[in-house]
Amino acid sequence: MQLTALERDMLDGKYGEGVALAMKIQVGVGRAFDATKMAPITRAHVALSAQDADLWFVETLLNKGARCVISPTVNPSIDIHYLNEHLFDVPQAGIDIVSATNEAYKKIGATLTFNCTPYLQQNVPSFGEVVAFSESSATPYVNSVIGARSNRESSQSALCAAVTGRVPEYGLLLDENRKGEILVEVKADVKDDFDYQLLGWCYPLKYKGLEIPVFEGIKERPTPEGFMNFGAQLNTSGAVSMYHIVGITPEAPTLEEAFGGNKVKERITITNKDLDMVRESICGEPGKIDFAMFGCPHLTLSQVATIAKILDGKKLAVDLWVLTSSLTKELAGRMGYLQIIQRAGGHIIADTCIDVPPCWQPYYGKTGITDSPKCAYYNEIRNIKFIIRPLEECIEAAIKGEVSR
Amino acid sequence: MKELNTYKCRMISEGKAEGEVIISEDAICFYLVEPETGIVVEKNHSLKGKSIADKVLIMPSGKGSSVVQADGLYKLAKHNNAPKAMIIEYPDPVLVSSAIVLEVPLVDRVEPGFYENIKDGDLVKVDADNELLAKL
Repeated sequence: MQLTALERDMLDGKYGEGVALAMKIQVGVGRAFDATKMAPITRAHVALSAQDADLWFVETLLNKGARCVISPTVNPSIDIHYLNEHLFDVPQAGIDIVSATNEAYKKIGATLTFNCTPYLQQNVPSFGEVVAFSESSATPYVNSVIGARSNRESSQSALCAAVTGRVPEYGLLLDENRKGEILVEVKADVKDDFDYQLLGWCYPLKYKGLEIPVFEGIKERPTPEGFMNFGAQLNTSGAVSMYHIVGITPEAPTLEEAFGGNKVKERITITNKDLDMVRESICGEPGKIDFAMFGCPHLTLSQVATIAKILDGKKLAVDLWVLTSSLTKELAGRMGYLQIIQRAGGHIIADTCIDVPPCWQPYYGKTGITDSPKCAYYNEIRNIKFIIRPLEECIEAAIKGEVSR
Repeated sequence: MKELNTYKCRMISEGKAEGEVIISEDAICFYLVEPETGIVVEKNHSLKGKSIADKVLIMPSGKGSSVVQADGLYKLAKHNNAPKAMIIEYPDPVLVSSAIVLEVPLVDRVEPGFYENIKDGDLVKVDADNELLAKL
């Protein structure tokens, strides 16, 4: 790799051991992917997880003197205070690791947004901007919907990028690697945000490769929530960092431009039957539920409004948790949605993830309902079973305490 | 003239190590390896029930999100049960950053002939710094 004098100095330790370690990791990644140089970044997002390795890594960089030159936004952690007050006494080990993680990220210079949808608020790149975003729903969104450029960073490599202010130039940073190779003909009816959960989960089941898919046949522009759901599921069911939707996403005004001269390597068709098959295999049978959980990825204000509208004047039969950013929670309060949800017996919790152990321990072994296949998938390991339905049906079920269809 | 039983490779994470080979047909997610023993516990995995602790691990690639993959390798390393070195075919950013951080030598692009000449239990020296593998 050709490094500039400054980058060479970083690697050689002239800016401290922490910067040198970050640069060493990035040069290693660059070497692995045949990058010829580094490219400056203007934004970063780190998938903080408050797990052992996450804390260890940020503390290692910190103790070696590293500080971020690009302040990254970070993924959710846990609002321990809120859980203690409303759910259970969070075990001391959990409190310790979460507090230490938050403190370390603050010290290294991260912006403590604790939100997994930075591309909708707080850290929104523009077209063509080179960024380092880790987090499975974020990478496809910034690449595909916005046209910014990020590789599928790991939480570690994204933090290194925030420290050095650059990334190795390879993969999706280069024009020639952003073109489609797989043609996906969508013959299914894709009408609402929930249909994008199913479509996103479905595609990787039909094609395993990592080439960029081009979706054709989607007539209407998805909502921001539709795009958010689509990317989250594509990158959980599979490893899709970028896709095109012909006539809709910015680098695919036409089929020709989406492929950019590439041959169609494989042609996939997705029909209503395929989506029904996904529905049957992951959504679960009707039955009693113990709780409802939403926010994987964090819900937007418009989704919170949808929930509030259905809950207005009603009482919930089971616990209901809406996970979102502190900003969205603040706005929900301002708009009266928070009060409606609380009067019905539900919660809006900020800064928190569905997947940070041990914060949802009281639900281990229970059955919940959610609108997100990703939420269901990551909780399998903790023996929480989820029935999956569209958001509106989930709320109706939480009022009744059971899923009727 | 090529020395018998030595093969060129490409260094990704530096270092040198010698150890017994274990070959995995499948990609490995270190989250599904028991930290206290180094035994693979993933359902339907070709190494299920076998230990990768202190071995020279040969596998196609890593798999899993950055959170779980890094956490898995970290926990193995803390229990002194990480592989001594790794020889892979397909690198990904998660495995590369984890290996460099935890100082596990990692190489890829091994010269043809190596894979045919190697089996479980063989002793191998991985010299990532000089980009060489040797069957001992």
